[in-house]
Amino acid sequence: MSQIKPDARSTVSATDIAVSVRNVSKVYGDVQALKDLSLDFPRGELTSLLGPSGCGKTTLLKIIAGLLPATSGQIEVNGKTVTGPGPDRSFVFQDFALLPWASVIRNVAFGLELRGVAKSEREAIAEKYIREVGLAGFEKKYPHQLSGGMRQRVGLARALSVDAQVLLLDEPFSAVDEQTRRKFQEDLLQLVQNEKKTFIFVTHSIEEAVYVSDQIAILLPRPSRVSEIIRPSSFRDKGVDNIRRDPEYLDIVDRIWASLRSYVE
Amino acid sequence: MTVWGYRLPALSSLILWALLWEVVGRLEFTFFIPPFSEVLVTLVALLPTKAFLGALWTTAYAFWAGVFFAIVIGIPVGILMGKSRILDELLLPWVNIFLSAPLTALVPVLMVLFGFGTKTVIITTALFAIWIIILNARAGVRQINRSLVEMARSFGASPLDAFFKVYFWAALPEILGGVRIGVIRAVKGVIIGQLLISIVGFGALFELYSSKFLMAEFWAVLIVLFGLAFVLSEFLAYLERKVSYYAASR
Repeated sequence: MSQIKPDARSTVSATDIAVSVRNVSKVYGDVQALKDLSLDFPRGELTSLLGPSGCGKTTLLKIIAGLLPATSGQIEVNGKTVTGPGPDRSFVFQDFALLPWASVIRNVAFGLELRGVAKSEREAIAEKYIREVGLAGFEKKYPHQLSGGMRQRVGLARALSVDAQVLLLDEPFSAVDEQTRRKFQEDLLQLVQNEKKTFIFVTHSIEEAVYVSDQIAILLPRPSRVSEIIRPSSFRDKGVDNIRRDPEYLDIVDRIWASLRSYVE
Repeated sequence: MTVWGYRLPALSSLILWALLWEVVGRLEFTFFIPPFSEVLVTLVALLPTKAFLGALWTTAYAFWAGVFFAIVIGIPVGILMGKSRILDELLLPWVNIFLSAPLTALVPVLMVLFGFGTKTVIITTALFAIWIIILNARAGVRQINRSLVEMARSFGASPLDAFFKVYFWAALPEILGGVRIGVIRAVKGVIIGQLLISIVGFGALFELYSSKFLMAEFWAVLIVLFGLAFVLSEFLAYLERKVSYYAASR
């Protein structure tokens, strides 16, 4: 029943790859953060980067975003080599990174504002995504008037409103409380289905990764490498309420913990 | 503040000092301190005179011009120093030297360079104000949340957009603090300029009244000056409070 494939790349044809990481290395001074790392992200799916702290998962995400240069190797997004940030990718930050002096609607529209979209047009788009993330009625509020979970919904709406094909999420739910987090995870599954975008999701929570992912890349540290790729197969269509008691879900969580256990200090 | 259960209005300590002033003045210890009431009467008589209004206009013009240049040069320079390591290394020693330098001693040099007119007074005023404005803008930019900078980059902000839409606003609480202190220093600068360079405006009034021992007039002008500086600084403090809601949550 449990179908775990050590190498998923063989099962996905090349045209369906939205983002591909080829032989990427990253060196900070004399610290090797990433070493010769290769990984493919299938289009329209959510891939988690999971690993113990210090395994370089956020570094990899920022290299894909173009916020950090790779020391060697290259990233391709839809076949185009990444040289810096671009409109084909948008980023959701761990600490939300909202403009504290701007209202919710201006924050959500900020990506479009930077692209020179006219005010009425960008606010119409922003309103749509504010509704989509469940913040209708909060357009005129300021970030300090919102809870942590609501702030991250603003960050999510901002990333969605620029209509990038690839969404990069850097531990987006780690700064919100457990209950909000569960709601977020359910909403994220819905979002992946509705938006038909490629999601790359960094997390340190095993349960979260297994719950939301189509594909999980386990990264191991020192030096960072992909040790295993897991594609859960059977529980994705069973509804959000049934995932956590699905035998395959439980098996995968156990199996990942078994392989990560020895890396946790 | 509450005394014996009564809540005192703001500035009530000033009433106490005014009373003390009155008493000392009436005791006639020294010609230097006339009674406070006499100063107030002189003040009211002085305000509508042509000499006073002319001086107020001259001083206000030099002051605002100096403050204007200090702000429009100081804030961008401070922000650029906060963003650029090279610029910071180059300029920071000079900013720190001029911040603590006795600028009054430099005034004769400025007179040689720029002449004896209003221009030199304006430059002196700007020099008094600009250094703290630069330092505060720099400090403001340096504490900007890293992910806010990354956010601007990841959504493709041009350097100009990042400057005007993110860095400036993120540093605004510190910038306003710098402007407030800079403006107070500029008051000092404009009077020193008007005393030493071209004897005009309030500087000329101070010179005139103190040389003729017209102490009531002297204090009256000083009170006006203090009042104007106080109102200005309170206004800037009010602006600072308006942005403080996000100063804590950046």
